Amino acid sequence: MNQKYWPLLATITVFIALFVIGGSMYNNFLSTLVLGHILADNAFIIIAAIGTTFVILSGGIDLSVGSMIAFVGVVMAVLDSAGWHPLVTIAMMLAFGFLFGAFQGFIIDYCKIQPFIMTLAGLFILRGGCFMVTLDSVPIKHPFVKMMASTRVPLPGGGFLTTGAMVMLASLVIAIIIAHYTRFGSNVYAIGGDRESARLMGVPTRKTTVLTYATGGIYAALAGVVYALYTSSGYPLAATGAELNAIAAVVLGGTLLTGGVGLVAGTLFGGMILGLISTLIIFHGSLNSAWIMISSGILLFVFIVMHRFLIGSFGRQKLS
Amino acid sequence: MTGLGSPRVELRNIHKSFPGVVALDDVNLSFQPGRVHALLGENGAGKSTLIKVLSGALAMDSGQIFLDGQLVDVTSTTAAQAMGISTVFQEVNLIPAMSVVKNMALARNNGRYGFISWKRARKDATDRLKRLRLDIDIERPVGSYSVAIQQLIAISRALEDNTSILVLDEPTASLDAKETASLFAVINELKSNGIAIVFITHFLDQVFDISDDVSILRNGQLVSTDQIKDLTRQDVITQMIGRELDEAEHTAADKSNFTAGKDMLVAKGLGRHRTLAPFDLTLRAGEVVGLAGLLGSGRTEMVKLVFGAIQADAGSIEIDGVKMPKISPQKSLRAGIAFCPEDRKAEGLIGELSIRENIMLSMQAKRGWLKRVSRKEQEKLAEEMIKALAIATPDAEKPVGQLSGGNQQKVVLARSLASTPRILLLDEPTRGIDVGAHAEIIALIRRLCADGMALLVASSELDEIVAAADRVVVMRDRHKIGEIDGKEITRDNIIQMIASQ
Ligand SMILES: Nc1ncnc2c1ncn2[C@@H]1O[C@H](COP(=O)(O)OP(=O)(O)OP(=O)(O)O)[C@@H](O)[C@H]1O
Ligand SMILES: [Mg+2]
Repeated sequence: MNQKYWPLLATITVFIALFVIGGSMYNNFLSTLVLGHILADNAFIIIAAIGTTFVILSGGIDLSVGSMIAFVGVVMAVLDSAGWHPLVTIAMMLAFGFLFGAFQGFIIDYCKIQPFIMTLAGLFILRGGCFMVTLDSVPIKHPFVKMMASTRVPLPGGGFLTTGAMVMLASLVIAIIIAHYTRFGSNVYAIGGDRESARLMGVPTRKTTVLTYATGGIYAALAGVVYALYTSSGYPLAATGAELNAIAAVVLGGTLLTGGVGLVAGTLFGGMILGLISTLIIFHGSLNSAWIMISSGILLFVFIVMHRFLIGSFGRQKLS
Repeated sequence: MTGLGSPRVELRNIHKSFPGVVALDDVNLSFQPGRVHALLGENGAGKSTLIKVLSGALAMDSGQIFLDGQLVDVTSTTAAQAMGISTVFQEVNLIPAMSVVKNMALARNNGRYGFISWKRARKDATDRLKRLRLDIDIERPVGSYSVAIQQLIAISRALEDNTSILVLDEPTASLDAKETASLFAVINELKSNGIAIVFITHFLDQVFDISDDVSILRNGQLVSTDQIKDLTRQDVITQMIGRELDEAEHTAADKSNFTAGKDMLVAKGLGRHRTLAPFDLTLRAGEVVGLAGLLGSGRTEMVKLVFGAIQADAGSIEIDGVKMPKISPQKSLRAGIAFCPEDRKAEGLIGELSIRENIMLSMQAKRGWLKRVSRKEQEKLAEEMIKALAIATPDAEKPVGQLSGGNQQKVVLARSLASTPRILLLDEPTRGIDVGAHAEIIALIRRLCADGMALLVASSELDEIVAAADRVVVMRDRHKIGEIDGKEITRDNIIQMIASQ
């Protein structure tokens, strides 16, 4: 077995273990119904995390994700009240996400600014933008949105996939193809692995950086669309801190924060693990939601330590 | 000018300066098809800069490049590659975490619309490796292979069907004799296909083995271009360093004053499963122990085990007769052991920090972080080191990443010396270092040991070991197979021991 799949395997094992633990604690937990709910509730975070995976693989970070989700939501809601068709606003917001990400990537590369700082600025700008657009929660009433919210594909065993979950799975497939079957994907891994060497090998580093953040941006915008459809509204304070959940999902999925190592597929399971933890705790009923964060935190910590260990044994392998 | 028909590449009036340094000063050179052109010069002479300009990795300040008589504008490494200028840069440039085939496919067109066809990429990678007779698992990460294999992978990656000039910057720095020979076979083959080859090295023997023409750079200026048959070793050295160097200086170091002192470090049965078989080793005050063996024989591993950079799972170490409870780099540093690693890029230096800061790192670690060394002292120490090791730099504040390869190696050395260790472990101390500095470093090693330091020097260059060592430990296949002492230390004896079964 190729060693690069070890972290992914660990992630999947933890996911299955948690699921089985849930099943042993609660009746009806081990069902496609619960699985479908977890997918539906976490679709937007996982979509955002998929975009973040590219950014982290390239050795960067994107903090503007949560604000982007909220911004997309409020603009969609306000344009909905103004009578625009959601499909038009969706297309517009995806384009906006792409361009905004590309802009961040360009500044990061051109001005040699730390990605942390640039995307922190992006976080403030977009959140501020939300408040410019509206201060209230604005409902989205278009029948198209209602239709989308009620479309479900049944799963064997009584569960179902929502539109959001299907969009998420489709965008995951696209991301896997981009990451592993395109030159851009390889270039992302390369600049995350060793930027200077990649440059000398002929990788167009600027173009790759710009496109990486653009990919992050369009996925964040898509997450915003899915979130808006899921809640049928736009709210300027929505998804605060979602970028951190996205980063957590990426790390739990086995991607190294230092860049160059990881798999997009891992992010799906990383996000699902986070969702599973909160579902388990909500199922419990008497535990308050503080435990969601505490147990996510502990798990994250354990994973990072475990990673060190896996990488360590990998480094030693080199000698034998 | 060699005047042998029309050149493949002609460089005219190339200028390039960095803040505080003129790296290339009005350089004129031409490379002929079907000939190997060696580019020589001291560390920091401008060799790497010249080939970076030629291959589009650096923009020149002014000058012209002609390819087959046509004025060309080399704007990027990709553009250069497309024109048939293939380059392997000094620091092996591959992405360690990515598999061999991914590295090969990087920035290559094998598939339409930006997609990669892995089937074609695999075939392409296998074909390329075959050209260098390399048979390796292409799915494994590049970082899991030895530096030598990585070097060969980098070369096979650079070679294109349309390659008309191949530039190799110190390709043999980390290859052993056999690997070098197989690389030379490839070079000769390419040469007979009419490819022009530019070859940078600090090994003079190799220059005389393989090259047809020799150009020498000094302080960014071209000193001379000659055919190899018109030159002697002595000519080359004199032109390189601008003075005469008594070559005896670096083959027969002064060992007469040798008297082994007390045992400083005694390792008993030290080893690690699957890494290195258990061995005994004694380092004595005032003695240089050489560590010889082929590449992959376990030299580096032995040094690292002694230092604690690799955790031993068997055996123990005594320092001054006191048993060390646990061996770790930090404990070793406290006990007065310093280690100078082989791979400066991965383990040795922090590129963004200045020379001074890099030198201070190990010293500060030894003193503990609370007792700061004053800025004045730091500057004084850095200046001393720069002078002692002849590091080519305008001042001590230059970021190490901007130094030439050989000068970075000197900073690694300076750093281990700065902590005034009692036991010094050196792994390939002279890799990529020019002849002049080479002799100085060997002399420095002898001087340190005369002051009562104990040294362990691992090296792939037998001549270096013979020149420096009072006792030689010979390694083969991850085992210590024996020791050679005093007068018995000769090149032939060592080779015989390695070869014996
Ligand atoms: N990016 C850079 N920024 C600043 N100075 C640089 C940079 N690259 C090289 N230099 C300087 O240019 C000079 C020439 O360096 P170069 O790397 O060409 O030397 P070299 O001949 O290849 O030496 P070596 O044998 O040690 O590899 C050195 O003084 C070096 O410090
Ligand atoms: Mg160089």
